[in-house]
Amino acid sequence: MTDRPFGASLKRVEDARLITGNGRYTNNLYQPGMLHLAVVRSPYAHARILSIDTAEAAGMPGVMGVFTGQELRDAGFGGIPCAWVVPDSDTKTPEHPPIAVDTVRYVGDAVAIVVAETEQQARDATYAVDVDYDVLDAVTDGRGATADGAPQLHDDVENNLCFHWTVSGGDIDAAFAAADVVVTETIINQRLIPVAMEPRAALARWDVAMEELTLWVTSQNPHIARFLLSLDTGIPEHKIRVIAPDVGGGFGSKIAHYPEDSMVIFASQKTGRPVKWNESRSENFLATTHGRDHHQEVEMAATSDGKILGLRAKVWANLGAYLSTASTGVPTILHGLMLSGAYTLPAVHEDVYGVFTNTTPVDAYRGAGRPEATFMVERMMDLVAQKIGMDPVEVRRKNLIPPFTEGHEVITGLVYDTGNYEPALDLAMEMVDYPALRKRQAQLREQGRYIGIGVVTYTEICGLGPSEVAGAVGFGGGLWESAIVRFHPSGKVNVMVGVSPHGQGEGTTFAQIVGDQLGLPVGDVEIIYGDTDLTPMGWGTYGSRTTPVASGAIMGAIAKIKDKGVKIAAHLLEASTEDIEFADGKFSVKGSRDKSMTIQDIALAANTAWDMPQGVEPGLEASAFFNPSNFVYPFGTHIAVVEVDPETGEIELQRYAAVDDCGPIINPMIVEGQIHGGIVQGVGQALWEEAGYDEKGSLVTGTLMDYAIPKAESFPSFELGKTETPTPVNPLGVKGVGETGTIASTPTVYNAVMDALLPFGVKTIDMPMTPERVWRAIRDAEGGH
Amino acid sequence: MKVSITVNGAPHEADIEPRRLLVDFLRDDLGLKGTNIGCDTSQCGACTVHVNGRPVKSCTILAVQADDASVTTIEGLSGNGQLHPMQEAFREMHGLQCGFCTSGMIMAAVKLVEDGGDLSELGIRHGLEGNLCRCTGYENIVRSIQHVVREMAAHAPLEGDEAMEHHRTLREAEEMAGRRQS
Amino acid sequence: MDNTSFDYQRPATLEEAFGLLSVEGARPLAGGHSLLPAMKLRVSNPTALVDISRIPGMEAIEQSGGGLTIGALTTHEAVAASSVVTADCPLLAETAGHIGDAQVRARGTIGGSIAHADPSADYPTALLALGATVNTASAGGTRQIAAGDFFVDIFTTALRPGELVTSVTVPSMPPGTGSAYLKHRHPASSYAVVGVAALVMMDGASITSARLVVGGVVGKPVTVDVSGLVGQAPSVEAFATAAAAVEGALENPIGDLYASGEFRVHLAGVLAKRALAAAAERAAG
Repeated sequence: MTDRPFGASLKRVEDARLITGNGRYTNNLYQPGMLHLAVVRSPYAHARILSIDTAEAAGMPGVMGVFTGQELRDAGFGGIPCAWVVPDSDTKTPEHPPIAVDTVRYVGDAVAIVVAETEQQARDATYAVDVDYDVLDAVTDGRGATADGAPQLHDDVENNLCFHWTVSGGDIDAAFAAADVVVTETIINQRLIPVAMEPRAALARWDVAMEELTLWVTSQNPHIARFLLSLDTGIPEHKIRVIAPDVGGGFGSKIAHYPEDSMVIFASQKTGRPVKWNESRSENFLATTHGRDHHQEVEMAATSDGKILGLRAKVWANLGAYLSTASTGVPTILHGLMLSGAYTLPAVHEDVYGVFTNTTPVDAYRGAGRPEATFMVERMMDLVAQKIGMDPVEVRRKNLIPPFTEGHEVITGLVYDTGNYEPALDLAMEMVDYPALRKRQAQLREQGRYIGIGVVTYTEICGLGPSEVAGAVGFGGGLWESAIVRFHPSGKVNVMVGVSPHGQGEGTTFAQIVGDQLGLPVGDVEIIYGDTDLTPMGWGTYGSRTTPVASGAIMGAIAKIKDKGVKIAAHLLEASTEDIEFADGKFSVKGSRDKSMTIQDIALAANTAWDMPQGVEPGLEASAFFNPSNFVYPFGTHIAVVEVDPETGEIELQRYAAVDDCGPIINPMIVEGQIHGGIVQGVGQALWEEAGYDEKGSLVTGTLMDYAIPKAESFPSFELGKTETPTPVNPLGVKGVGETGTIASTPTVYNAVMDALLPFGVKTIDMPMTPERVWRAIRDAEGGH
Repeated sequence: MKVSITVNGAPHEADIEPRRLLVDFLRDDLGLKGTNIGCDTSQCGACTVHVNGRPVKSCTILAVQADDASVTTIEGLSGNGQLHPMQEAFREMHGLQCGFCTSGMIMAAVKLVEDGGDLSELGIRHGLEGNLCRCTGYENIVRSIQHVVREMAAHAPLEGDEAMEHHRTLREAEEMAGRRQS
Repeated sequence: MDNTSFDYQRPATLEEAFGLLSVEGARPLAGGHSLLPAMKLRVSNPTALVDISRIPGMEAIEQSGGGLTIGALTTHEAVAASSVVTADCPLLAETAGHIGDAQVRARGTIGGSIAHADPSADYPTALLALGATVNTASAGGTRQIAAGDFFVDIFTTALRPGELVTSVTVPSMPPGTGSAYLKHRHPASSYAVVGVAALVMMDGASITSARLVVGGVVGKPVTVDVSGLVGQAPSVEAFATAAAAVEGALENPIGDLYASGEFRVHLAGVLAKRALAAAAERAAG
């Protein structure tokens, strides 16, 4: 076997510029004549705007103008659209003005904008804008906001209820009636702040002469941004160019079309000059979408020997003050349909209530709905295990879906693509020597030390996705992908794709695919993404879709290239097309290996077109679109070992082993990096992170001094293993892996801590499991001593 | 106020407002965009540069405080067309994904290694307290730094050291836990 | 910076500094790692910053008469790395190494830190435990203020307007003394949610003196009476009994989203007995 690019841990092409300080982040960009925009934001969670006095600010040094929501409205800027409206759920879509006009609905809601020569001048002037508010009562919790008498955020949205969505399968009442054991739990899947290291920024250049807009923006999906902007700015789509240059992380928080996009466009049109905006981290905490925020009331029914009979839940999903781009799909389709997890679940029923509150809008955040499902399922599995006195691994084994290669339908109606869960579980158990761990746990307990072991067997839905399903579930676009593979006369290749990676490394891995398939040096292939003028329509990077879906389009284009290459080679080598074979970058006549042409020869020939076969056009370029037939479902087992200090409540994560199956691996180094990062973010939710509001609706965790994202010192080295179960959904058989770490690690660590605390009789702890919460739980369980 | 600051070996004279942060001076006045701003409360470390040879969060120092000082940014780390070993290590060990924390991380890591001290895995992890990353989970950042430490020490990679490292980590964890029992 | 404008001056002498500081709204600036973050949050809005960081005579660590005098401008990393401090007064070196992170320690100064008197800071706890003296200067002359009198309350010291810390004098830890600084770090800010400093002096197998100070729990560090340990042999029970005095010594504890006052008091008790044990072990070793 030669050294194939596919499967090799090649170093990334993205790194050369990023390790030398040459990253092209949006806030680094400069346009001649550029002005700066700063936003005046409401300090109140809920208030009527009585008046806005911009006179003083407008007179400050360098200020070109101060504008309000009404002026944007008058200029034809409409409300920010929600691009995912879940059907059959009575979903309400109240208006979301880019700048509030009469009512502010969350702390951070925009009230006015200042445009000035420098960023400093713009920010200074925001303090001089005088807004008179009539402060109203605010409500911040999703469950409480549906109660009668709670402050109402939007007209025509009674009880702040945006939607009521259900998923049902099997006979849930019978399941509970037949149960030997029912476990019940209230789970708070707490609100999180994504904290991508790069705060958002946007730079708009309105070309007055051409009546064209260029918008550089920190987006995970520039084509979606272009489409949505064409709907609410009045600028036709074909006159808009959106460029996502280097983007410093997204994790879902850079999917949305944000109000600031509209603001900079308006300001550029108004002044005739480019306008840039960038948020500070404090603004990011207020104005960039949050994640999760479910209140879940859950019951699981089981037999006394550990067979799961049914899962029933009521969920209040806090959507924040306005609908963000994908808001309604995250707590419904991406969540409720995954309640079966990796198990055979005979019956399910979930009610999800989407609720508006006076908080920052909530949208996708790494895992987007699946962490909220997986945590629920995995927690309940452990509770069942405890109730019947069975090892939590044994309970899982009893219920794991048996191996399948041709689709397996689960109770929610989803058809999982492929799965082989037990070998992953066995491998993880072997890696940690699970029986030895349990022995050690028992020994340490006798010494008054408390370690805990958490095991999670998961599968998740990603590789969004089949466009028919997208349409059926109310997503406002397709979920297919596109690629153009273009050979230049010299034989070098550009591949233009509709996805938009921002750290995940497809600039490298896609070149590996092309190099591997076409026998090219990987360095001869450059992947182009992120610019709507240069790339075909596509749907961006989120939901672990970039590799499983875009690789399908790339393979489709490659197939066309090979096909055309065969025709040209046959013609030039004077053979029939059936006698041409392609291997290692060469087209050869079968049985006559010296009669061959390299693909570079073919590229030159096709581009000069001096001698082309009949009916074959010049050029060596192919475009393909790939609409996957299904989502893909990576899976695996994660195991964590923690030690809890019962005196202080401190938790030490001692070991973390992860076995993940994402099918064939293009670049092991990059896949491992995705898993490392995903694990750490999920542990952040379990142990440290929570976005907290006070009763007035102020975000009390307003900076990185209060909101604790994980640090290096809190982690051991990770132990990674893998199994490889391809999917038939795309030609390479690959599944996504960008979110699996996060989805699995939160319940893995949570269950480990609860396992450690079993001797104390602790039943539940709300995340994050801070030392105080752990200490109190122990104290309260011990009867207050 | 008039200041003279040497940046990456080049002297600069400027007349700037006292409230101008060093990071804004570097990025906007000198056009050195490699240093990034990731927060506004001095936690994240993305803005780390070297001032008079020490690692400093350039968002927490006024440019006027750096008057007569010598500053090195990520742009000044490589020389003669050659990358600094730490930059090479980050690429070799996949110590970055989106890259936004990377400049500050590399600058901090360079000093962590140059200063010596505890360069065990645990020591490195503690040494990164002032630098946040949301993408990598830190694992490969630690490996990048260990790569440099190894290269410096032995000029050759050790065999099987990943496994040795893991077991040592476990032992250290046990010792730490044991120490808590008083 | 997102802050109101201010003037900036860099005096070459203390006398010059005093003059500049006598203007209303002027604040001294050293490393800036307490003041600048506060200014960015608009919590502090000085109209003038007086940069004292280049005034000579305040960055040395000197041995003097049974103790160490550490210049106010000495950085945390210099204190932590100093072989003199590590040998003579290890509690101080250990504490300095716990402050913030590497970058903060490279700029933050002992004078700046203690003048700021953040209740969640580390130095005040250790300095009170060591019986340090804060040396100050102003237009009106110099003073020597015992640590116990220097730290008054949250962000409040005995410093008068225009008065500067010039150095801190700590007595050398006598032979046979062990010390420990244990800290529960806030996971986001790295400040001391609770910080405990313990000093234990041993003669053979028994304790001849013990000191315990708790910081992070009330507005300033608090000395806890652990004199009951004198004459005892180190033991788990002895330290637990001594630590029981912690609760009573901490009135009106600080609480926030991360840790309530009740929890801080409890943590202080736990860290106290562990710090005493560690200090005793080091005294013997």
